[in-house]
Amino acid sequence: MHPAWSIIFFTSISGLGLGLSGLIVLGLLDLSRFLHLFVASSAVFGLISAGLLSSTLHLGHPERAWRALSQWRSSWLSREGVLAVLVLASLGCWFAWNFFFGPPPLWCGILILVLIVATVYATSMIYGSLKTVACWHHPLTPVCYLMFSACGGSLAFLSMLALFGQPILGILKDITLALLIGAWTLKYAWWWALDNRGSASSLETATGLGTIGKVRSLMPPHTSENYLQKEMGFVVARRHAIKLRYISIFFGALLPIICVIFNGSSAVLLGMATIFHITGIFVERWLFFAEAKHVVTLYYGDEQLSIAS
Amino acid sequence: MTSLPEPSAIKLGLVIDLDICVGCQACVVNCKEWNTSGYGAPLSDESAYGAQPSGSWLNRVHAFEAGVGEDAKTVHFPKSCLHCEDAPCVTACPTGASFKRAEDGIVLVNEDWCIGCGLCAWSCPYGAREMDPAEGVMKKCTLCVDRIYNENLPEEDRVPACVRTCPTNARHFGDFGDPNSDVSIMVAERGGYDLLPEQGTKPVNKYLPPRPRRKSNDESMSLLAMADAATPKGFWQWMDNTLEKLG
Repeated sequence: MHPAWSIIFFTSISGLGLGLSGLIVLGLLDLSRFLHLFVASSAVFGLISAGLLSSTLHLGHPERAWRALSQWRSSWLSREGVLAVLVLASLGCWFAWNFFFGPPPLWCGILILVLIVATVYATSMIYGSLKTVACWHHPLTPVCYLMFSACGGSLAFLSMLALFGQPILGILKDITLALLIGAWTLKYAWWWALDNRGSASSLETATGLGTIGKVRSLMPPHTSENYLQKEMGFVVARRHAIKLRYISIFFGALLPIICVIFNGSSAVLLGMATIFHITGIFVERWLFFAEAKHVVTLYYGDEQLSIAS
Repeated sequence: MTSLPEPSAIKLGLVIDLDICVGCQACVVNCKEWNTSGYGAPLSDESAYGAQPSGSWLNRVHAFEAGVGEDAKTVHFPKSCLHCEDAPCVTACPTGASFKRAEDGIVLVNEDWCIGCGLCAWSCPYGAREMDPAEGVMKKCTLCVDRIYNENLPEEDRVPACVRTCPTNARHFGDFGDPNSDVSIMVAERGGYDLLPEQGTKPVNKYLPPRPRRKSNDESMSLLAMADAATPKGFWQWMDNTLEKLG
């Protein structure tokens, strides 16, 4: 699938922002100083809205984007939009409460956390619900999105604690390390599944000509690339897929883990860990799109849908 | 409303006869001609006279080879929207622009609502939807909804443009909800089938398979045998006999 920059940025950055806000609303950050409240709320709103705005950039008609909030009954894209707006609104209330009356009760935070988890899940299901892209249509797809959001969020949260000079509990560092290891292990399993899964669809089922014998594409229906091939038949990444996977693990897992273990209280190191992690996520997200093969490519002579080839 | 309606009693669609199609592309051209000036925005092209022309088309004809040896076939394969009963493009649409008509099952795009996100094209396994490069909205086959009910046209023209123009009668239009319609009978008799049935889309359009090749086991049908069996006359008879005598 065509890896649109706006979509890669959207899923990575809003994932990070949502993860971060999920930890903040649990009340683990002391926001009694106005500066801290200002920095934390700016970071959260900046990340989530930058992601959402970026997602509208690839639209043919961004000025009609508000219409996407209407079909939440059937469409995951619509659900994602509605949930994201709800999250932003409730985060606004949460920070306002903090400003006027001090820390809101924990149940408010837990309610917002549920909304946040639902939003990240909905983002992942935009892709995970597509039967036409076999590697996305897998139970691990939403799990990976949720885990990466939690990883990025915890790293950013640790950086924020260190930056504000607030004490960092050892258990938070342990949880972050566990999340990093768990997330990338699951992602590795997703890649393994992607390489080893066959597809029920083939050019024989696509044409119904399998009863005659093996089917081959003889002539494409047009002389130069069309929308379908540009959108669904992206090939560049597959040539370097394995290398890129290791690059994403190096930045997304290895470097942050080293930073956290080396000195989990230094704001500089933790900030670097967050930046390394999001770099790894950009590569991972680029591969998520670029490696994925759409069933329609069969009609254009792709003999198999498996990606490993 | 992008939730799918209850299955309609009338299910309009096409039968495509792969035995007959010769791949002349007339349906492709007539589809573009009608639909560029009909429903919605024109079907635009990019660098139409350049080295790499591209644009939005609602109907494309592929060609495939199936099998090997003497039973192998070259099959011309027209492909347009199959107006699925469980259309994933409709439910994926976030705006309600993509919809399936409750009265006749035609899948359409309301171009004034379409935000051009492309998710419907991603959810279609058949590649039936193409983004218009100039207009930024999704284009797809309308089953010529502006022809089939159009009382300003003579009755014989009230079929989709591709069906009307096909010089070999490889395309047929009708109601699959009626078991006695021409298209339903054709599908029953010829073993019409769904494309990518495992995707669970329940397409309305059906494809008729190429008929099996006629076998010629009869030796007398062989050209070589016929040539051997013929008795030459006149000069060639003399030549035949003389050469025979030479041993």
